Amino acid sequence: MPERGAPEIPVSLVSLRVNGTWLSLRLDNRTTLLDALREHLDLVGAKKGCDHGQCGACTVLVGGRRANSCLLLAVACDGSDVTTVEGLAEGERLHPVQEAFVAHDALQCGYCTPGQICSAVGMLAEAAEGHPSYATAPDRLAADSSPGQGAPEPFDALEIRERMSGNLCRCGAYPNIVDAIAEAARS
Amino acid sequence: MRPFSYLRAATAEEALDAFAARPGAQFLGGGTNLVDLMKLGVTAPEFLIDVSRLPLDSVETTPEGGLHIGATVRNSDLAAHPVVRTRYTALSQALLSGASGQLRNTATTGGNLLQRTRCPYFQDTSKPCNKREPGTGCPARDGVHRDLAVLGHSAHCVATHPSDMAVALAALDATVQVRGAGGERTVPVTDLHRLPGDRPDVDTVLRPGELITGVTLPPRADGGHSGYRKARDRASYAFALASVAATVRVEGGLVRDASLAFGGLAHRPWRARAAEEVLRGAPATVETYARAADAELAAAEPLRDNAFKVTLTRNLTVNVLSDLASRAEEGARPPT
Amino acid sequence: MTDALSQDTALPSPGAPLALDSAFPRREAREKVTGAARYAAEHTPPDCAYAWPVPATVARGRVTALHTADVLALPGVLAVLTHTDAPRLGPSDDPTLALLQDDRVPHRGWYVALAVADSLESARAAADALRVEYDTDEHDVRLTADHPRLYTPEEANGGHPAVRERGDFDAAFAAADVRVDATYTMPALHNHPMEPHASTAWWTDDGRLTVYDSSQGSATVRDTLAGLFNVPEDAVTVLSEHVGGGFGAKGTPRAQVVLAAMAARHTGRPVKLALPRHQLAAVVGHRAPTVQRVRLGASSDGVITALAHEVVTHTSTVREFVEQAAVPARTMYTSPNSRTTHRVVALDVPTPSWMRAPGEASGMYALESAMDELAAATGIDPVELRLRNEPAAEPDSGRPFSSRHLADCLREGARRFGWEGREARSGVRRAGDLLLGTGVASATYPVLVSPSTATAHADRDGSYTILVNATDIGTGARTVLAQIAAEVLGTRPDTVRVDIGRSTLPTAPLAGGSSGTASWGWAVHKACTALAGKLRAHSGELPAEGLSASADTEEEAGRESPYARHAFGAHFAEVQVDTVTGEVRVRRLLGVYAAGRILNPRTARSQFIGGMTMGIGMALTESSTMDAGFGDFAERDLAAYHVPSCADAPAIEAYWVEEDDPHLNPMGSKGIGEIGIVGTAAAVANAVHHAVGVRLRDLPLTPDRLLPHLATAPHAFPLAVSGK
Repeated sequence: MPERGAPEIPVSLVSLRVNGTWLSLRLDNRTTLLDALREHLDLVGAKKGCDHGQCGACTVLVGGRRANSCLLLAVACDGSDVTTVEGLAEGERLHPVQEAFVAHDALQCGYCTPGQICSAVGMLAEAAEGHPSYATAPDRLAADSSPGQGAPEPFDALEIRERMSGNLCRCGAYPNIVDAIAEAARS
Repeated sequence: MRPFSYLRAATAEEALDAFAARPGAQFLGGGTNLVDLMKLGVTAPEFLIDVSRLPLDSVETTPEGGLHIGATVRNSDLAAHPVVRTRYTALSQALLSGASGQLRNTATTGGNLLQRTRCPYFQDTSKPCNKREPGTGCPARDGVHRDLAVLGHSAHCVATHPSDMAVALAALDATVQVRGAGGERTVPVTDLHRLPGDRPDVDTVLRPGELITGVTLPPRADGGHSGYRKARDRASYAFALASVAATVRVEGGLVRDASLAFGGLAHRPWRARAAEEVLRGAPATVETYARAADAELAAAEPLRDNAFKVTLTRNLTVNVLSDLASRAEEGARPPT
Repeated sequence: MTDALSQDTALPSPGAPLALDSAFPRREAREKVTGAARYAAEHTPPDCAYAWPVPATVARGRVTALHTADVLALPGVLAVLTHTDAPRLGPSDDPTLALLQDDRVPHRGWYVALAVADSLESARAAADALRVEYDTDEHDVRLTADHPRLYTPEEANGGHPAVRERGDFDAAFAAADVRVDATYTMPALHNHPMEPHASTAWWTDDGRLTVYDSSQGSATVRDTLAGLFNVPEDAVTVLSEHVGGGFGAKGTPRAQVVLAAMAARHTGRPVKLALPRHQLAAVVGHRAPTVQRVRLGASSDGVITALAHEVVTHTSTVREFVEQAAVPARTMYTSPNSRTTHRVVALDVPTPSWMRAPGEASGMYALESAMDELAAATGIDPVELRLRNEPAAEPDSGRPFSSRHLADCLREGARRFGWEGREARSGVRRAGDLLLGTGVASATYPVLVSPSTATAHADRDGSYTILVNATDIGTGARTVLAQIAAEVLGTRPDTVRVDIGRSTLPTAPLAGGSSGTASWGWAVHKACTALAGKLRAHSGELPAEGLSASADTEEEAGRESPYARHAFGAHFAEVQVDTVTGEVRVRRLLGVYAAGRILNPRTARSQFIGGMTMGIGMALTESSTMDAGFGDFAERDLAAYHVPSCADAPAIEAYWVEEDDPHLNPMGSKGIGEIGIVGTAAAVANAVHHAVGVRLRDLPLTPDRLLPHLATAPHAFPLAVSGK
């Protein structure tokens, strides 16, 4: 609204590699990664459930790691590699986690689902790198282990539940989500 | 959220210079709390200096046998670090008990220390809050405060510090490295956060423009164990109602050495030095642990609805110390 | 789990004629797991503007000044709508939708303005920057059991009489061998569907309004908007293709759709509005807090002779809504002398509304807790006690049940759960620091059904299309409607397209009251039956345009039944109470239901489990505190309001008994969307009593509630030194 003499809104040129493609966007510095994806790139798979890092629906992979895109300023992600739920399938072939979610009816309304799936993909990678969780028994946690040693054994339902607790599901699909992820973890 | 300018700093010098040029600036780490607060309007910086990619992202053993943690090391990486897991188990557990996997991947060590209270009044700009707007009052004292402080609060503020990590660092005698216009200095983590007093708007002893560059953990004596336990309303992804971090070394049935810190009870991670006095040299028994907890919690001044935190902390203390001591008694295991 | 799997995976054999009873996968699952499914805020028309509402920051009063000029000077701001310049709205049955029409503030959080800007960021900044001045009045937001302004409403939600009396309760209670007199409280609860309420709206030059809305029923949204904006109903199109949950909070139009349409009209641009999560508690409804006194008088053998369930609750000054918590007591048990009452007080609080099983969920928490207390008082096993109180007909109406298999659910649940041999004493099962306990509670939910229309169409290529304005809020409506159609048409469901979620389709009622499948399915069944007749009568190739048949179930679905029609169920829970922290966690949860014919075991099981999970939240984690000083709910975001997390949900099992009820609808189904939450909280709370030996009557059972009742070390018992 320059006619009203309003001050300029600071913007930045932001480069993101989204689902394998480099993109350049001119964005308000205030724009979060989530809003950049949803409102500027029409990638609506990442959902806005709370906009404050309290539900996990906005989970995407940044540099291969799961993150709440609602709390990331897009400008601070300049140069990052971002994978959204739209980027998981290879052509018509679903990602094994996506396939397992369908097979186990691990969704109802579907609004938390892309976040659950991205989170699960990131979580399985973390576990494969040997990352512990709060459900990991203290003696196992304290056992001498180096990254890359694989998931703590047993990687059971308790571990999956704890590691997936950053993704709320109000429909209550948790038991099916856990079953789906357990199956994807085996495959 | 007010419009703001943004600069990604490549070095700490650049970040400090940028701050010197724009004194109203704020440092942005992982952003998991700052972006949240900006959205809420609790804080409205005109200039953000992104320090999340400073080359402070390594964890290294110190010549003394301790551990130096760069300020931008992500919480998840720190929790998974083999030395942290094996020698500073309480820190690993505390980190893993906090927030969610996603948030831990983003949050930094420095940012975690500087996160602000989740007091509902502080987060709601339509209500008074001495921490957010000095002099407006503290409605929490007579309002909704079940989750708030029982120790060290003042008439002006009953907020708690929400970090789990900081509680473990307090028990582990960590120090915080800080750089500012006046150079570098080291602050014990137990001195980093203030009690509210009549200036609850000031969370820490950091001066404007000072940047946390790292945290150092002193070497751990052999034969000691450390642990962290947290109680909360839901099974995961919730702030602590109360938490306890402890280290214990037991020899011949006596507590040779112990350190203890409480979370969720005060404006800062609460190092329980009165309890430690009781523990040191006393028989390693449940009675001792309870006595130690009571010695510390005698100073508690619960509000109308949060007296349960005193009992809860007492129970947690006894439980964590018992658990650690029994593992220490087993002896054969490597120190944790 | 083996049995569950066999129940769950009754996949159809290839070419099987029976489309129903089979676990067909959810139709839109692929769209939902790939991010292709679009919700209301995920359509961005060209030139779309963004809106952000401004809530009132006083609990009661009047707006005296709105400093809009400052805000309009901010970059990117297009408009600030207030009561002084917002479009005047026409009539509506729902006064919560009379937004920006006058200066009155009936509760904190009521919307007083709407900022509209070029971008989401500028809209939020504009809303934050608006200074509003108020004249403030004294407010009263505190619900108490003896509030001086309590009154008896004409009716409670659902059209139920507020008061019902049978026999002489007082005399029978006084004469009873055993008496239970207990008062239970529940705080306000919030639906919090994962998708916040959102709308994208635009007007076209011909005066037509199109809206993507997050709604459980777009027909009502269309009709309401037509009335509010004074345009013909057919000038309004509402689309609700995918809806991210609702649980009642999207049952009727909410503020977002009215505000979005207003802003679009005012600015002449498409407007997108998604309500911020922390504003929802004040504007989309909540489960009202209740204070429930239950009195049970029984003979020494446990047969109830007197039952009183007296409910006190709140509503707002905007609209009366009375949580019908005493209603299930009119159905559940033998009760020759009964009193069931509701009293309500209109406070300066947000307006309560539907939340999953309104009335049943809250009421059955109290009634089923009292039954557990009666079991303890009589020394009768809680399952057996319920079996002894099975009525021959519905106690309140005297009508026979169309089917009632509660006893089967209790017996089957007890068998599967391993109830037999349960420790009769409470507070004695211990494992290290943990106290363990088990509990049971019954469940019930009424059979509701509404008239619906539908069209069935046959194409030349042998495929079919079903058109009905049903809404899939996560229930699997598309899937089950295809099955119903396929069954009638004698085809496979994959030959049936299902077109739903749009107000231009044949009119249908909302997804609510566990009635969607019955209501829409009945119309689909009828339309397909007619189409099948046409197809049989037709010889040779179909005409190019195919054949169609439409149906309207106004007469049959609207007819009152001579039967009392309800679904029933039984919930069994095992909990652990940590004596160190007071933390309660559910270890096992099992439900068995008698809900008519289960049309799709896969999606049905998901709904049962989902309801049970919400029941865990109600029992243990979800709490909303009315902040008396400010007049708002203190826990407004998802960090403070604790929806159960994955770690809170243990192995949850859902089963059902075969139930053949000819008095329902052509499919023979009862509703399944809500019964899972009914009684779950009581089963959990009863298990907590069994674990601890102390009866806690105030939900949720958080550590602060438990700790005072747990012995602390080292006074009472030595802690297990090895820890957990």
